[in-house]
Amino acid sequence: MEKTVNNRAWLLVLPVLAVVAFSAVIPLMTVVNYSLNDTFGNNQFFWAGLEWFEEMVTSDRLHDALGRQILFSAIILAIEVPLGILIALNMPKRGFWASLCLVLMALPLLIPFNVVGTIWQIFGRVDIGLLGHTLAALGIDYNYTNDPLDAWITVIVMDVWHWTSLVALLAYAGLQSIPEAYYQAARIDQASRWAVFRYIELPKMKGVLLIAVLLRFMDSFMIYTEPFVVTGGGPGNSTTFLSIDLVKMAIGQFDLGPAAAFSIMYFLVILLVSWVFYTVMTNLDRESGA
Amino acid sequence: MTRPKSSAIVMTLYLLFLLVPIYWLLNMSLKTNAEITSSFTLWPRDLTLRNYAVILTDPSWYMGYVNSIIYVVMNTVISITVALPAAYAFSRYSFVGDKHLFFWLLTNRMAPPAVFALPFFQLYSSVGLFDTHIAVALAHCLFNVPLAVWILEGFMRGVPRAIDETAYIDGYSFPRFFLRIFMPLIASGIGVAAFFCFMFSWVELLLSRTLTSVNAKPIAATMTRTVSASGMDWGVLAAAGILTIIPGALVIYFVRNYIAKGFALGRV
Repeated sequence: MEKTVNNRAWLLVLPVLAVVAFSAVIPLMTVVNYSLNDTFGNNQFFWAGLEWFEEMVTSDRLHDALGRQILFSAIILAIEVPLGILIALNMPKRGFWASLCLVLMALPLLIPFNVVGTIWQIFGRVDIGLLGHTLAALGIDYNYTNDPLDAWITVIVMDVWHWTSLVALLAYAGLQSIPEAYYQAARIDQASRWAVFRYIELPKMKGVLLIAVLLRFMDSFMIYTEPFVVTGGGPGNSTTFLSIDLVKMAIGQFDLGPAAAFSIMYFLVILLVSWVFYTVMTNLDRESGA
Repeated sequence: MTRPKSSAIVMTLYLLFLLVPIYWLLNMSLKTNAEITSSFTLWPRDLTLRNYAVILTDPSWYMGYVNSIIYVVMNTVISITVALPAAYAFSRYSFVGDKHLFFWLLTNRMAPPAVFALPFFQLYSSVGLFDTHIAVALAHCLFNVPLAVWILEGFMRGVPRAIDETAYIDGYSFPRFFLRIFMPLIASGIGVAAFFCFMFSWVELLLSRTLTSVNAKPIAATMTRTVSASGMDWGVLAAAGILTIIPGALVIYFVRNYIAKGFALGRV
């Protein structure tokens, strides 16, 4: 759609700017301030320059947390995106069953994060949880509080449980927008099921799938509450992701300077990746003429 | 055709995967603590509503729900009110820096709450808003306002410009046009945006816990206190969990017909 040039439109954006300035810009400036200063309490600050950044860039602790974070995000994207597409392809198209599936699938999305954690913490316990108890009865040695691998599996299965529906609902919305005529044409051409998926369904879902990947990447990269409730970052440090480490540093140990430097770099990484996605997304929009 | 059958199996398996953990929580919430810890039962042998009674009769428990609902509703109202005109501006006009502004807004949705927890705490303490509902509502605007702008812009793009122009020719002023004609046209978009604001504000814990202590403490934070000297009160914990699921389920039921389009942020 053609847009008219009108700089008075800024007036309409002002309320948003005011709210976001209060809830984002001011706090962010505080973080920048901390990252460049050192303090010994009593609100006395000493200029530290880039010292904290240097310390953080070379810190093994940060590298390890970052590595775990990237691994975690990669694994859940690799599982949730294909699984979500599979579910969307198999959902009923309309009628009572479609509504029922939609409501049930959206249910995990509206459970407070710490309750999600609590559900899986209970579910996986060997003494009172269905999952833990069943696995133990089958003779599998499973204990997410002691074994790092079990902890990882629990956290990943929990995330798949929590968020696959989001990907599935997005893909489903993309599928719904495909006109019936496309499928008829494919049938006339005797296209295989795979060809229909590859050349009709997948291109039509491209836009919404990008949104799905963007949302899942951002949210998995800042995951905090769910793994914190289930494993508390342990055993050891094996499930300490970036946010968990950051909160530990900032609020647990009150190391404001390093934590602030850490925050800024953390934010920049997310920003960079999201910018790439966003550029790809807007280019797609333009190609499709929307 | 064999496909409907296999798809039914896939869907059944997936829904079972989703529902079994929730069933387990419901199951536990209806058991006595003795039954939970001493024996392993697939359904409550000794059905009890005591766990729910504990929550619904103790103000320190049920006020958690009231607090959560107050700040969630406040946040939804603020987010939608400020997002509406902005989304209109982005969907209709091009102005200096519009693309950068739009991306900058989105970056706030990407900001990890953990980064903001400490500065928020200090900011709201210094202006005397610590432990109030409005503090949490404003803090959640950090990620809900950009999201609401994004969703509403998607829906508004689908409304032809001709409608705006006809209304101006007919002598409508901008506010009257916006309220009387434009808003009803994108009512489903507003509903979806409100749903998302509700959802993300309801499920967030890190910021709401950091910004409250007693008066505005959300239910999700109250749940952490079931660990007492006598051990875990599993039954009450499970019952509290089940009660936090109910508002979400109700809201989903009302928007079920728009949910698929809404998750695509109006961009289908």
